Amino acid sequence: MAELIRGTEVVVDDWTWVRLPETNEPVRKSAGKVVLFKLTGEPAASEDVIAACDFPAGKVLLPLSVWLRRRDELATRADKGEIGVWLDSHEEPAVLAESLGGNLNRLPLIGVNFPKFIDGRGYSIAFILRTRYGYRNELRALGDVLRDQMFFFHRCGFDAYLLRADQKADRCIGALKDFTTPYQTSTDGQPPIFRRRSAAGDRP
Amino acid sequence: MYRYDEYDHTLVLERVAQYRDQLQRNLAGELSDDEFRPLRLQNGLYIQRHAPMLRVAIPYGMLSSTQLRKLSDIGRRYDRGYGHFSTRQNMQFNWPRLEDTGDILAELATVEMHAIQTSGNCIRNITTDPFAGVAPDEIVDPRPYCEMLRQWSTFHPEFAFLPRKFKIAVSGTLEDRAVTYAHDVGLQLYRDEKGEVLARVIVGGGMGRTPILGSVIHDALPWQHLPTYLDAVLRVYNRYGRRDNAYKARIKILVKAIGAETFARQVDDEWQLERDGIATVTQAELDRASAAFTDPDAPLRPASDEGFDAKLASDPAFARWVSRCVRGHKRPGYRAVTLSLKPTGVAPGDISCKQMDALADLADRYSFCELRVSHEQNVVLADVALADLYELWLGARAHGLATPNIGLLTDIICCPGGDFCSLANAKSIPIAQAIQEAFENLDYLYDVGDLELNISGCMNSCGHHHVGHIGILGVDKTGSEWYQVSIGGSQGNLTSLGDVIGPSFAAEEVPAVITKLVETYVEQRTPEERFIDTVRRLGMAPFKAGVYGESTKKTEVIHG
Repeated sequence: MAELIRGTEVVVDDWTWVRLPETNEPVRKSAGKVVLFKLTGEPAASEDVIAACDFPAGKVLLPLSVWLRRRDELATRADKGEIGVWLDSHEEPAVLAESLGGNLNRLPLIGVNFPKFIDGRGYSIAFILRTRYGYRNELRALGDVLRDQMFFFHRCGFDAYLLRADQKADRCIGALKDFTTPYQTSTDGQPPIFRRRSAAGDRP
Repeated sequence: MYRYDEYDHTLVLERVAQYRDQLQRNLAGELSDDEFRPLRLQNGLYIQRHAPMLRVAIPYGMLSSTQLRKLSDIGRRYDRGYGHFSTRQNMQFNWPRLEDTGDILAELATVEMHAIQTSGNCIRNITTDPFAGVAPDEIVDPRPYCEMLRQWSTFHPEFAFLPRKFKIAVSGTLEDRAVTYAHDVGLQLYRDEKGEVLARVIVGGGMGRTPILGSVIHDALPWQHLPTYLDAVLRVYNRYGRRDNAYKARIKILVKAIGAETFARQVDDEWQLERDGIATVTQAELDRASAAFTDPDAPLRPASDEGFDAKLASDPAFARWVSRCVRGHKRPGYRAVTLSLKPTGVAPGDISCKQMDALADLADRYSFCELRVSHEQNVVLADVALADLYELWLGARAHGLATPNIGLLTDIICCPGGDFCSLANAKSIPIAQAIQEAFENLDYLYDVGDLELNISGCMNSCGHHHVGHIGILGVDKTGSEWYQVSIGGSQGNLTSLGDVIGPSFAAEEVPAVITKLVETYVEQRTPEERFIDTVRRLGMAPFKAGVYGESTKKTEVIHG
């Protein structure tokens, strides 16, 4: 059973993570607004699958594609704070922001999926959500969420972690503190080391 | 050189603890090999043909004699009595036991060393000019900037799992000695008319399967902005670099696909997020970093030395060594000395533990306890008094460290190749040795003059064959080892990529092919012309004819 860590506590997950069945339909990979010629086989769902996607009452964490196509019917639930949206590692935070009139804080929860832990795109997505879009609510790492990446997740702006089922929550919480004095700044409020050094009155 | 403070010490010790735990979990079966793999790689540990290989970081190539003695100690206790200097200015041990790697990292930490990010899909060790700080043509000492970038890149939380490895080189001289156009990011530091340090940012160069020279995406970036601007470069790459095919995953492929201008615009857009923010480097930090790289407390010396002049006149072997291995220095009465790790019969870059100890002693005695590793896989003593050169030479010669072949054909850059590396298609060390044997006549070698010969055992190009005046690449053809030869590559300000001369050769043919290329050059050269100049002037044709003979010419005619 996958455990959820919020902050540094194991909590009961009151959200349902909704995923679409995997399809083999590739989408064109884009680099910003430029569409690359080569296809790189990112997964994408067909319109039928999106339309047929069924989800329970209560708080649901929906794929970006479902949110984009079915926003109107979800409006009431979104106003009640029952809708969260998750991005896959190839999806664009800008698209999500646009769908919310630029105000991501209308969502109580955004998830970012790590299809494999070696796919590091999610770290940049988190950074962008926290900085460019000023997102302040829960940012949850999903998918291949493992102990040895906890420190990085946290520094890039995640504050909730839905662990892969085989992971031990207490060990993962411990790993948030693998390092005590990181060199560089990120979204976790740590200034870069040189500002901490001078504040501590170290040698010039 | 840079010394750790409590922050650096703490981080490295925490890293050792983290790695020990990961290794324990892997050995206990709790952490799968697949999940351990990227973690161990980011600690420098490969699983190789014979045993694990551990690559120790030597940040921007600078090493103290104490650190070198520790490397020697590790080589004796955990390896087979030697180490190997790589083209990224690092040291590799080829025979450690997996179980010992945690202990080795702990040993390294005692002398402010580690193996962090020496492998894996992350920001690797930053390289620079081995003559930094002493070169007469230096405009900006790159080392404080390298150190700031080392700190910026170490455990960068956003860029630990990039599409592929990421290599940065920094230069600050008139003549580029850091191959900045053939790196993922090359930074050329220079000064504006007010003396402010600016960086020319070159992105998307690289060797490997698709050799490309980088493109300038920012011509005048003030130094304060290096970390935030590089964050932006890395962020664009991290998000949009290809991840479906490892051979197309380097940043150069992305830059080529969308064009350097578009890439630069995206970087600029991304940069606005952090520009002038908290990560902008302060003058106080530059001062702090610069204070670590001041000139050694060296006495003033006269520009000439009678004893040196006398030895130069009376000892031709010494004079020969001086002509190849000793370079100018910004301070009068001092010289920078390159000690060759390329004697015939030894794998290029290999050094025994006994030699390491001897080198450390020489550094203590003659060069203020410091050494540098060059990307050509030699060792530099950067601050030697003119008056000490003769004694240094005697001491180095006694340990096989005074081969007078720097910059000559036998000063071969060479990767470990198929003898050690599991990626290699072909062996490279025996090829280097066969070529060295074919050119043993020193007089001939000196007559041939400056010639850079680089060998890689596979397309990953660790031996930099693309930028060798002569490049040799090991290729696999239906299970047997063949060698492709190219000419016309070069590093430096006129960086260029070599062109393949024609069909590849069997291993035993290679020395004769090189001999024919050199003979063609000797026949065709004008006085004072180096091999690479002749190739540039005449092009491929005479060299091709020299190697393949007239029949090739006919074939070419037939095929138009």
